Amino acid sequence: MRRTPLHETHRALGASFTGFAGWEMPVRYGSETAEHRAVRAEAGLFDLSHMGEIEVTGPDAGRTLDRALVGRPSAITPGRARYSMICAADGGIIDDLVVYRLGDHRFLVVANAGNTPEVAAALTERAAPYDAVVRDASEEWALLAVQGPASASIVGPLTDVDAAALKYYSIASGTLAGTDVLLARTGYTGEDGFEIYCAPEAAPALWAKISDAGRAHGLVPAGLSCRDTLRLEAGMPLYGHELSRDVTPFEANLGRVVAFDKPEGFVGDAALAARKETGPERVLVGLVAAGRRSPRAGYPVLDPGTGAEVGVVTSGAPSPTLRHPVAMAYVPPRLAAPGTAVRVSLRGTPEDATVVALPFYTRSR
Amino acid sequence: MTVPTHLTYTAEHEWLLAEEGGTARVGITQHAADALGDVVFAELPEPGVVLTAGAPCGELESTKAVSEIYAPADGEVVEVNQAVIDDPGVLNQDPYGEGWLFVLRVTGPLDLLDAAAYTDQIGA
Repeated sequence: MRRTPLHETHRALGASFTGFAGWEMPVRYGSETAEHRAVRAEAGLFDLSHMGEIEVTGPDAGRTLDRALVGRPSAITPGRARYSMICAADGGIIDDLVVYRLGDHRFLVVANAGNTPEVAAALTERAAPYDAVVRDASEEWALLAVQGPASASIVGPLTDVDAAALKYYSIASGTLAGTDVLLARTGYTGEDGFEIYCAPEAAPALWAKISDAGRAHGLVPAGLSCRDTLRLEAGMPLYGHELSRDVTPFEANLGRVVAFDKPEGFVGDAALAARKETGPERVLVGLVAAGRRSPRAGYPVLDPGTGAEVGVVTSGAPSPTLRHPVAMAYVPPRLAAPGTAVRVSLRGTPEDATVVALPFYTRSR
Repeated sequence: MTVPTHLTYTAEHEWLLAEEGGTARVGITQHAADALGDVVFAELPEPGVVLTAGAPCGELESTKAVSEIYAPADGEVVEVNQAVIDDPGVLNQDPYGEGWLFVLRVTGPLDLLDAAAYTDQIGA
């Protein structure tokens, strides 16, 4: 399994490790519930160096990405970012992505670790007709994230970037604790926060300096376990759970990321236009379980009248913030309205659950 | 990770402490608690329930996973640890002590692992 540049740092902190997309990643350092609560109340420091960074550069970089992705990256202002997806010709989702525009002719596409080779290959193929170069630069970047309401107070004094003025989904280059970084105001927790891209060899010292500066603000190291419950509460999809080759953005309620009015079209446009027209056969919803036992990924969703299996849970866990089980699931549109009663088969026992609007948790501003 | 030598173990990560009068105290090991992460919900067998060795008799649920509890021996449940039901976090803090699960009046043979054999099994 691959290890991030921060592996020894995590080991010294007493982390438990788990395999994730071929990487040995810290799952928790102590109590994942405490880490989750720290991110909601103060801040957490994450190692996300497993994520993939793909550079797309050249005069046609924007055109290339307009053709390759479902969104319109050519319309992104330099210094801003957008959430997007790359789909197959049949409309199935190959990956969900954050696209940063670093300059007129320079984009950074951040992909999920397990999908990075496939995304890089698809981008390379789709760039062929254009004057643009696609390069998987994942080996050249480590990625740290500071997430939580105290993030700006922690990051701001360490950097020459005006962190407080950096808007949500923006990115700037500068130094942080003396290290060259790309500083982005993005995240995957439902909180304010920053993602910090740096050279792999600089990551351990940067982690240490951020940890030291954050201690007075309640910053704690935070692992993948709490990252999963944080994103679940925030209603954010995870590839391999809510998103896959078997669904289009419309099933996932993310049709808004698809821009059909692009002059040169895009890969998957015909299939996605058809899906938009017919409407999805199943849609992603939030579920709240009535009992204390939690629906989990893969559990069947049952029709409340007939008991027939009509859907499937994609993610579920006892919510540390809400203190009751929450889940996301695919169900037929007729069962998708908030307030609809359904049942979930919890290891063979049908239990009552209610469809609710996503997200489960929204931060107060 | 230290595996206490005064206890015996199942391959499913329960520990058992034989007590005077034919009863035995049952819990889960530190290894199991660590693998689960923070336990947030414990479903334990009721007093009076008769258990069969190796059969599921309860559930422990963490943010990350759910795990069944298996009866380490034949017997009748005579006491349940209400403190674990009220605050399952005690399972993570003190699995061999305050985090015990239930007491069993053992009616069958005890076919369990000693600490050395259990340590081998978990590769500790």
